[in-house]
Formats: sequence, structure tokens, C-alpha cells
Amino acid sequence: MMEERVEIRLSGSGGQGLILAGIILAEAAILDGKNAVQSQSYGPEARGGASRAEVVISNDEIDYPKVTKPQVILALTNEALNKFKDNLAPDGIIIIDSSVKKADTPYKIVQLPIIETARDRIGRSMVANIVAVGVITALTKVVSREAVERAILKRVPKGTEELNKKALYAGYELVNQLT
Amino acid sequence: MHDRIKFLQGNEACVEGALTAGASFYAGYPITPSSEIAELASIRLPAVGGVFIQMEDEIASMAALVGASMAGAKAFTATSGPGFSLMQENIGLAIMTEAPCVIINVQRSGPSTGLATKPAQADVMQARWGTHGDHAIIVLSPASVQECYELMIQAFNFAEEFRTPVIFLSDEIVGHMREKVILRDDIPIVNRKFPKVDPPEYRPYQPGEDGVPPLAYFGSDYIFHASSSMHDETGYPNNVPDNAEKVIKRLYKKIYDHRDEIIITKEYETEDAEIILVSFGASARSAREAVYILRESGYKAGLLQLNTLWPFPDEKVRQLADRAKFMVVPEMNLGQIISEVKRVVEARIPVYGVNKVNGEIITPYEILGKIKEVF
Repeated sequence: MMEERVEIRLSGSGGQGLILAGIILAEAAILDGKNAVQSQSYGPEARGGASRAEVVISNDEIDYPKVTKPQVILALTNEALNKFKDNLAPDGIIIIDSSVKKADTPYKIVQLPIIETARDRIGRSMVANIVAVGVITALTKVVSREAVERAILKRVPKGTEELNKKALYAGYELVNQLT
Repeated sequence: MHDRIKFLQGNEACVEGALTAGASFYAGYPITPSSEIAELASIRLPAVGGVFIQMEDEIASMAALVGASMAGAKAFTATSGPGFSLMQENIGLAIMTEAPCVIINVQRSGPSTGLATKPAQADVMQARWGTHGDHAIIVLSPASVQECYELMIQAFNFAEEFRTPVIFLSDEIVGHMREKVILRDDIPIVNRKFPKVDPPEYRPYQPGEDGVPPLAYFGSDYIFHASSSMHDETGYPNNVPDNAEKVIKRLYKKIYDHRDEIIITKEYETEDAEIILVSFGASARSAREAVYILRESGYKAGLLQLNTLWPFPDEKVRQLADRAKFMVVPEMNLGQIISEVKRVVEARIPVYGVNKVNGEIITPYEILGKIKEVF
């Protein structure tokens, strides 16, 4: 689905690691030889409160750095889904966690147990963001698997590399099971 | 990725630029959305033998900058609106004592605490006139992570060349966005002029031909006095009217006589443009996108992006106004740069503002909406 400009919005609450997920996707795009801008929006709270990260990927130079009509939305909370569900590109997809209540929207919704997979299969709910990166990568191919793995290894704390790789692969698997 | 190609935040690129420029001293008090600058400086400066101090507040931070600068260091700090307000008094001290230094203001929405995590571009006039008294100041504004890096080097170069504080006016969007950046190592680095005379003959405020006095450093053989009071070439207080007039005019002229060198602008699609957008910082990104959308629909639109806000690029704006039907000035405030554009254009063509103060970026479509309304 690599169009000229791809916009991704990752939304949920503060502390879910969405900004890091955005950084990883954008850095992977750059490793793939594309241009990318990652930006973010959050409130004054350290944890909780609405949080979102945005990524714009393009083969060209990126002028406007923010997301307007995303092709991909990740929503990890009900609040995030309800806020963003009606404003996507025509072929856009919304990826939601299984803890999120489906809502009416003209866009395709893909519901997957992202948080549960991180918590129960990997053993650390903290890596839900990396599971989500795996889901987005496998579902949209917006970045290459090689680049996303390199980007993760560059950005996660030392000693957690294997844990995060497992989380990434678990994300791929969630998508494989869809078909 | 090549060693010097990085994926960084604007704030991080500011620190990289400062280090490339030779900065060795940072004093500051962390504040959103500038804190990443303090965080990274606290790691990077000690690693290269520099000094990082977390001060008790922004008043003291700015005072420490003046001291470090007088002791020979290339010094910088970073803050946002509330801290920038506190720094104003000692920015005046830096202007009066001619202490080279760089002050980064990553603008957020105000007044006062305001929307602490949201962007604005409303400190344009404060950067120009925040400290009291007639004075000149250099203010630079980046619109990308690459510009954060390159303009930061330029900011230090101007500070050193003209013995002046330089304000680096970023904003939350540019400061927090991450982009690819090439950490160029081919930009020339400027260092302050050191006196050539023997220590007893040194007059710390006797200008060279360029209006800038050579600067010795505290702790050297050159003993000198730097005063916030009106002083003469010896550095000691002097209240004679002729002297005061001479000093204030020199402090102004040492900047304004070098406008050609200091003023940095970028132009996109302006060659034949009838619609000229004038913008800076994050808004310039939206304006650039708007220009390309307009071009696709057959409109002759172009963008003048201001990297130097002060001294204001009068001549460049005037030239473009000569060929344009109208100008549009998108900025995240209720109209600050637009008043300068109008001053220069002198009502020869209409100038319209696109203004937004809700803590969100101006979108290209809001700019297009305004243009469709007036075209």
C-alpha cells in the first residue's frame, strides 16, 4: 500500500509507549531509504491522559509534518477510537485492541488482542506497543520487516532486545492468523 | 545509516548544532517543551569536557550564561515562554556587556503557564523587545530538524562575530518532531576576536572597524570591567550624554549594519508568484504544502520562509511585494510578523493573516481557505 504519502496515527493513553512505536516506524522508513516525520501530542500528565503519535512516510520531501487523513489508525483505548474513527483516507484501516469496544465507522476495522498478547504470551504488558508495530508492519507493509527490526534494536533499552523481538514476531503472527 | 545521518528530534538537533559550533557551557532550568535540550546537553557536554549546570531558575540561568561567556565559553540555554520571560532582565545584561551567548526558546502556548505541552509562535515580539531599552537583537527560527542543526551553528557564529546574545526561536512542533538530519561538518565555525594589544592597553569596549570590540576572557592577563550601567570604551560607568548616544547607536549598528549577512531566508516557487506566503517555523511547513497544492491547481503561489526574524528582512519582503497581488502571513499567534510585513509593504498590496491560537498547528487547508476567500 506504499502510496506517495502514508500517514499513520497511533492513539491511546500516556504510558502505552505509542510515541516510541511511532519513532520506530519512522526510523524504519528512513532505514528503508524514505523520508519520515514523527510527531506527537500529549497532555501535561506523565501517565494516563490521551496520547498520540503520528508518522508521515513519503518518498518525497515532507512539507506538512502532521497527519490529516491517515491510511492507518491504531486505537488502544475507547476514547482514542471514538475521537479518530471518522477521519481517515478513503482506503484507511483502523486497528483496535480487543479491549476496545467496536464503534460505527465507514472504515475497515481490524480487531486484535494486542495488549493481551503482550501480557499473556510475552509476559510483559509493556511491550504492547511493539506487538502493535508488528501488526502494523505485517498488515500494511509500510516499512520492511528488516528495517523495523533494526529500528527496534536501536531504540529499546539494552537487555530487552530479545523480549522486544518476540513481541514484534507475535504481532506478525496475529496478522497471519487473520487469513 | 551513515554516521552523520541521524533520525533526531528538533530539540536534539539543537544540541548537536551547539556542540558542532563549539559550545562548552549550558545553564538552564528544564521546562516543557524544551526539556530534551537540557537532558541531552547534560549527557553530551560533560563527555566533551564541557559544563552543564541545572540552575535554580531561569533568572540565574541567564546570569550564568553571561558569566560563562565572559570567561571565554560558548554558552547556551533553552527554555519556553515562562522561563523566557524570567530571562529578559539578564538578556539585557548580555546585550549591554556584549556577552556572546545563545538562548533557545521552544515556544509554547501562553500567556503564563498556558497550554504547557502545546505549540505557539507568539513570542516573536517578546524576542525582539522583551528586555527593556533600545537595542538590537538577532532572532533565528527553524522549521525543520535539519534547520535546528544548521541554524544553531549559525546562531553561535553570529553571537561570536557580533558579541551579542542570539535568540533561537523554535516551537513545540519543530522541537518535538523527529526527522532525518545530516550533521554536516562543513559549516565554518566563527570564534570571537581576541584583543591584539597588550593587556594594559586593552579597552574592552573599543570597537573594531566592524563595530564589535575584541573580547578577552576573565581569568586571562586582560583585567577588565563589564558593567550593566552605561559605560565607555574602558568598561567603567560613564553617564555623559554624548557617550550614551554613541554606545546605544553602536550596539544597534553593529547588528543592523550587517543585515545582509545576518538575514537568512528561503524561497519556494517565488520566481513568478502572484500570491506570496510569508511564514516561519512550523507554520512555514504548512505554507509550503499550501504553495504546492495551489501550484497544482494553476495558481502562481510562492513562499518566503523567514529563518531570520530579527532584524526583519525588509528588503526581501519589499522585492517580493513588488511583483505580488497580495501576501498571506500564516502564524500561530494573533498577528505579529504580519505587522512587520505590512510596515514594509506600505499598503501597496493587501496583506492577509492566517492566525490560530488554540495550541494546534495551522493546516495547509486553513491557508488555502483564506486564499480562496480573498482571491
